[in-house]
Amino acid sequence: MLYQLTLKDHLFEYNLFSSRAITLLVLCGLLLLALLSRLWYLQVIEHEHFTTLSEDNRVKLQPIAPNRGLIYDRNGILLGDNFPSYRLEITAEQIDDMPSTLMALEDIIHIREIDRDRFDKLLARKPRFEAVPLRFHLSDEEVARFSVNRHLFPGVEIKAGLARRYPMGKVAVHALGYVGRIDAQSLKSIDTSNYSGTTHIGKTGVEKTFEKLLHGTVGVRQVETTAQGRVVRILKRTPPVPGQNLYLTLDSRLQAAAEAAFGDHSGSAIALDPKTGDVLALVSMPTYDPNPFVNGIDYDDYANLRDDPDEPLFNRALRGQYPPGSTIKPFIGLAGLEQGLTGFSSSTYCPGFYMLPGSTRKFRDWKRGGHGTVDLDIAITQSCDVYFYDLALSLGIDRMHDYLQHFGFGKRTGVDIVGELPGLLPSPAWKRQRRGQPWFPGETIITGIGQGFFLTTPLQLATATSVLANRGYWMTPTILRAEQESGQDALLPHRSQIAETLSINNPQNWDRVIHSMVDVVHSIRGTARRIGEDSPYRIAGKTGTAQVFGLKQEEEYDAEAIPEELRDHALFIAFAPVDDPQIAVAVIVEHGGGGGAVAAPIARKIMDSYLVDEPA
Amino acid sequence: MSTLLSTDHEDASQHGWQYRLHIDAPLLFALVGVSALGLIVLYSAGGEDMELVQRQMLRLGIAFGTMIAVAQVSPVVLLRLTPWVFITGILLLLAVLIGGTTSGGAQRWLDVYFVRFQPSEMMKLAVPMMVAWYLADVRLPPNRFQLLASGIMIAVPMLMIAKQPDLGTALLIASAGFFVLFLAGLHWRIMIFLGVVAGATAPLVWHYMHDYQRQRVLTFLNPENDPLGTGYHIIQSKIAIGSGGLYGKGWLNGTQSQLDFLPERSTDFIFAVLAEEFGFIGILALFAFYVFIVVRGILIAIQAQDTYTRLLAGSLSMTFFVYIMVNTGMVTGILPVVGLPLPAISYGGTSIVTLMAGFGILMSIQTHRKLLAT
Repeated sequence: MLYQLTLKDHLFEYNLFSSRAITLLVLCGLLLLALLSRLWYLQVIEHEHFTTLSEDNRVKLQPIAPNRGLIYDRNGILLGDNFPSYRLEITAEQIDDMPSTLMALEDIIHIREIDRDRFDKLLARKPRFEAVPLRFHLSDEEVARFSVNRHLFPGVEIKAGLARRYPMGKVAVHALGYVGRIDAQSLKSIDTSNYSGTTHIGKTGVEKTFEKLLHGTVGVRQVETTAQGRVVRILKRTPPVPGQNLYLTLDSRLQAAAEAAFGDHSGSAIALDPKTGDVLALVSMPTYDPNPFVNGIDYDDYANLRDDPDEPLFNRALRGQYPPGSTIKPFIGLAGLEQGLTGFSSSTYCPGFYMLPGSTRKFRDWKRGGHGTVDLDIAITQSCDVYFYDLALSLGIDRMHDYLQHFGFGKRTGVDIVGELPGLLPSPAWKRQRRGQPWFPGETIITGIGQGFFLTTPLQLATATSVLANRGYWMTPTILRAEQESGQDALLPHRSQIAETLSINNPQNWDRVIHSMVDVVHSIRGTARRIGEDSPYRIAGKTGTAQVFGLKQEEEYDAEAIPEELRDHALFIAFAPVDDPQIAVAVIVEHGGGGGAVAAPIARKIMDSYLVDEPA
Repeated sequence: MSTLLSTDHEDASQHGWQYRLHIDAPLLFALVGVSALGLIVLYSAGGEDMELVQRQMLRLGIAFGTMIAVAQVSPVVLLRLTPWVFITGILLLLAVLIGGTTSGGAQRWLDVYFVRFQPSEMMKLAVPMMVAWYLADVRLPPNRFQLLASGIMIAVPMLMIAKQPDLGTALLIASAGFFVLFLAGLHWRIMIFLGVVAGATAPLVWHYMHDYQRQRVLTFLNPENDPLGTGYHIIQSKIAIGSGGLYGKGWLNGTQSQLDFLPERSTDFIFAVLAEEFGFIGILALFAFYVFIVVRGILIAIQAQDTYTRLLAGSLSMTFFVYIMVNTGMVTGILPVVGLPLPAISYGGTSIVTLMAGFGILMSIQTHRKLLAT
């Protein structure tokens, strides 16, 4: 050490140090310059870019769901309503002990297992400061009970919102439909940005058909949020446009009366205003309450509905396809008149059965002994099958098909509710194509009495009946009467479309057929004479009985002996008053037996409700 | 030498009180200035939390107190204490490795009664002191044997700290030791050689790195790779700085900082808050203080009267600069994320006390000169 000390050159070391120190300072300066140029690049050159990114960070758009339009019947009675619904929400951030809070809550409000499951799922997914719903649709009692104990539950809140409600419950559910939570499938068919704030969407019926009108347009709230999404303040608000209120053509009083008229029977009825095409009643029995569907029906309840042998979920009015049976006879009769194949004077002898020339197969009449000598009037009034076997054979399937097509059979009526089925109007071309088989003359014969392949929906029958009532003037059935913008009084009437006017060779033929239909109800031999006796107005009608299964050659039909599900369907079509038709009705009672005995009284009650019973 | 002494003499007579109190006024004012600026930014970064600011003020008070206390210790005493401080530090580091408190995955603390003590902080001062002590009496530039001995003095504590693991502090200590050697006249050839060796061993280092350290390097190379994980820090920090622009968004108005987008905004990333709210102009103001402090430190080193104080003062000043560069380089995305605070601005940490103690040594060196000279 001593040796080195003596050699230490202080001036040299000082100079060495100074030069090194200055070198470092220069180096520092260069590094600093590099850093500052980096900052200049970020803050000045790329400033705009980062400003955009920072705005994107900060500003979020939040949707505000529009209020769904209300649904009224033709008289302004509410069918679909929004009602304030209270839900219980929990903000996890403010809860110290979640399990004990939930336990304490269970004493006050009812918490189902599915509520807990949904809550736990949401809780895991949402940020802690966001309120998570635990229960929807609290009862008034639950709201009151919670409000009293509120101080015990910091972080638990009751929030109000709007929820869909169907005040009339089971009435008209197959026309109205219902809304339900948006699922993956409905997401495909909607503009997702417009639905960004919406939780429910129309699933069936009017709710689905007029979803666009009912839904409205989403509003937007521009909010400043923190990195976690907590809203700091609202920057801008574009209010949502509420959905349109809809006024339906339905008459809810008539609808309820019609549903009541069915009693325990399954079936369907349609009532139309023939002049306008307004659907006054659309009945499919049995019905069900749509309200539980709005917020997710319990699985068991749904299974009960689904597995019910009476199929309440099945929309018979639009999708039920039944053989029209004898209700088709007035239309075949008109075709015969038009073609000159039958007239006022011509008559046929009915021995109770009919055989094709050169065949031994017997086509039986419903009346064992036969009707004797029948003309068209008697054939319709008493519903003689043999007369129409003969007429059908004379017309041939092609002409029959052509005529019936003009009344809307075999194709959708075009009613403005989704889900309608077209029925089936058979033709040789159809049979060749779909079955790969030739058309047999026997099939022509049974088509003449509305059996065989022939299938119609209740709506088609009612529509065809109103064309008869209108003497050829076709009105497409419609269920939407008017729209109304939210907050406005004015109604925008919805235009009904005229499909076509059936022009026939001899307009007197309308009167002829209608006259016979009046006799069905009002003559002493008419098949529906029971409803005509005390009717204050004149009715034109036609009964029908549709076979569910075929009887063998010599077998006897005995209603008591066969199980109900194989019994015949009872049908009845009618319009009234005859001179100024205001209502056209088609009624089908599944496995009801005879049209005159079961279906006609229901039709009468429907017409009474509309034409006679004035609302109190 | 004589000219320097005479100017010093003038200085001394002009600022007599500084010598009596052993305070270097320019350094003190600059440090107070930076700290005040830091408190203003911290108030905003902490979400206008006055308590947070008060805690930081208390910490700064302790740090400045330590600085003034250290400044009273004569460099002669410091020189004599140096080996003992260093040996004590090594023993404490050993104790940490054996029985230290684990926090945040790293073993850095010693619980001594009530105080949580971080021996690695002490080594930030002890290592340059030790190397300067060792080179104080040798003929400079150091020969190979002396370099090797110095290298061991640096490498042993550095590796012990890296093992904790605390890469940031280990690098700081290594650089503090290196600056002593550099200022002592380390030959350029050897530096190039060391550089080549470092490059060659990089894959080896990579191999021994912890996963989170590797991740930091990878993220640094491409932050957009992992925008929600480790890259999130850098992306959000760049957005904060860039959106601040030339003049900033205004105090308390930085959306990135105020709305929680910027992580660690009171501590390691506080520079981004400053940049967002005060813009490029604000940064220039901060750097004016910093540059002044570094230059003042180097001047003190140049004016120092013996090798030990000269090397120590130079190393301490340069370490301060490295501190600034590593932190700002990280926040601006030109260096990987190394958990080093921005000196005198970032909230918390015992590092502020160590840092100020270092400035205390600088002040001591500056104000005890006269006594040494006579």
